[in-house]
Amino acid sequence: MKPPRFDYVAAGTVAEAVAALADAEDARVLAGGQSLVPLMNLRLARPSLLVDVNGVAALSGFEVRNGTLRFGAMCRHRFLETDPDVRERAPIVAETAGLIGHVHIRNRGTLGGSIAHADPVAELPALLVALGGQVVASSTAGERTIPAAELFEGPFTTSLEPSELLSAVEIPAHRQGDGGAFSEFVLRHGDFATAGVAVILHRDGSGTCDALRVAGCGLGPTPVDLSAAGEFLLGESALGSGAAEELGSRVAAAAEPTGDVHGSAKYRRELAAVLAADAVRRAWARAGSSDWSGRG
Amino acid sequence: MTGVRFSLNGEAAEVDVEPRELLLDTLRDRLAMTGTHAACEQGACGACTVLIDGNGVRSCLMFTVQVGGSEVRTIEGVGSPGSLHPIQQALSEHHGLQCGFCTPGIVLTALELFETDPHPSRQQIVEWMSGNLCRCTGYINIISALEALAGTAEARS
Ligand SMILES: Cc1cc2nc3c(=O)[nH]c(=O)nc-3n(C[C@H](O)[C@H](O)[C@H](O)COP(=O)(O)OP(=O)(O)OC[C@H]3O[C@@H](n4cnc5c(N)ncnc54)[C@H](O)[C@@H]3O)c2cc1C
Ligand code: FES
Ligand code: FES
Repeated sequence: MKPPRFDYVAAGTVAEAVAALADAEDARVLAGGQSLVPLMNLRLARPSLLVDVNGVAALSGFEVRNGTLRFGAMCRHRFLETDPDVRERAPIVAETAGLIGHVHIRNRGTLGGSIAHADPVAELPALLVALGGQVVASSTAGERTIPAAELFEGPFTTSLEPSELLSAVEIPAHRQGDGGAFSEFVLRHGDFATAGVAVILHRDGSGTCDALRVAGCGLGPTPVDLSAAGEFLLGESALGSGAAEELGSRVAAAAEPTGDVHGSAKYRRELAAVLAADAVRRAWARAGSSDWSGRG
Repeated sequence: MTGVRFSLNGEAAEVDVEPRELLLDTLRDRLAMTGTHAACEQGACGACTVLIDGNGVRSCLMFTVQVGGSEVRTIEGVGSPGSLHPIQQALSEHHGLQCGFCTPGIVLTALELFETDPHPSRQQIVEWMSGNLCRCTGYINIISALEALAGTAEARS
């Protein structure tokens, strides 16, 4: 229950971090350590070098750039959950971050770490897919952006190269008429979700839904894009009777969950139906209210 | 080996460690702070909780080389046998501990709660404490002890 030996570099800048990653055979980034260190303690991960980016100031905080919110990869879950600015500009991010684990996990765990780790039951990767966001990958060769749709390749596997640092996460800035909700089922408070569904939608000035995206966690080998299941709601100006349940059954049919000790595939499908209906109801109401604070 | 200096319960500490040494082990084995308990060593139980610059963390998920320059607070820095901290007193009065294994983590987690919000509701207490497992009490008495303290000035320190 102790990690094997490794070398350690505390990077002070992004340049130092990517240089260290480029030089080593089997290096790993150390962010919040809330997923990596348990794996190392169990000796399921044995990196030769840890590049600690906790001291890289440029990787924290967030800014608005031409209609895009850009979060530093080291934004901690707890910061996302509690920062008044994040709550106002990205209420769905704040709500979702608050669903992760327990407060002490959120004190350390990071946005970039959660996305790079790509646990199929994790909330933030599914939210990134639902928001149609992208990540910025930095290396000694420069920067490239990877859309969420091209990032998640399998359980715990992304298209990031080992020499790349996930440096930022970009999502569209919150607009008037946006509404979102993340609904999940957990067995005990703070546990990993058995399944979760995010719904992000937009209603125009007359209340008509003109964009709707759906993604799930715990419903496939990666966060899954289930947006096709919601197309029937585009052009609707009200969530009619039975519409939320209809979305639920379409989402359940499109999901590809597998069974494990936490729940069978059939059980997860049933959860997906209930969670999608709940999420779309909440997202729809929020999109119609002028001051969605992320709490309603 | 790397030299690491930090403040431990208000006093200067200095250790020479390999990068792989967990803060949990440094505290227990080198600095004799054995109130920080080791159980799951994978982040699940909260027995190893310490405060770093006021924020609760799992000391089994941090390397000692990461705490240079920080203020680390362990249970040894909270109250003393002759003069219990109000949180310790309340746990004692409400029978909020039995074997005591989880108690250091419970006390430090509660300390951070009351620093963050002196008036938590019962529901907020339950959510905040959810990361600390206790195999003995069934939690009810822990929650009741903290609820009794919520809103009183003594809970903070
Ligand atoms: C008890 C417990 C409960 C939890 N509950 C939940 C939960 O309910 N939902 C949930 O989603 N998560 C949960 N987690 C995990 C937590 O959210 C982690 O914070 C997250 O999965 C990883 O983020 P991290 O910053 O800790 O990354 P680390 O553990 O430091 O790293 C994880 C992996 O990502 C890589 N990595 C990290 N940052 C970068 C980067 N910037 N660029 C490239 N690679 C990088 C690392 O090399 C490593 O391979 C829980 C953890 C614990 C211990
Ligand atoms: S020993 Fe650290 S969380 Fe259990
Ligand atoms: S009192 Fe025994 S584990 Fe909590």
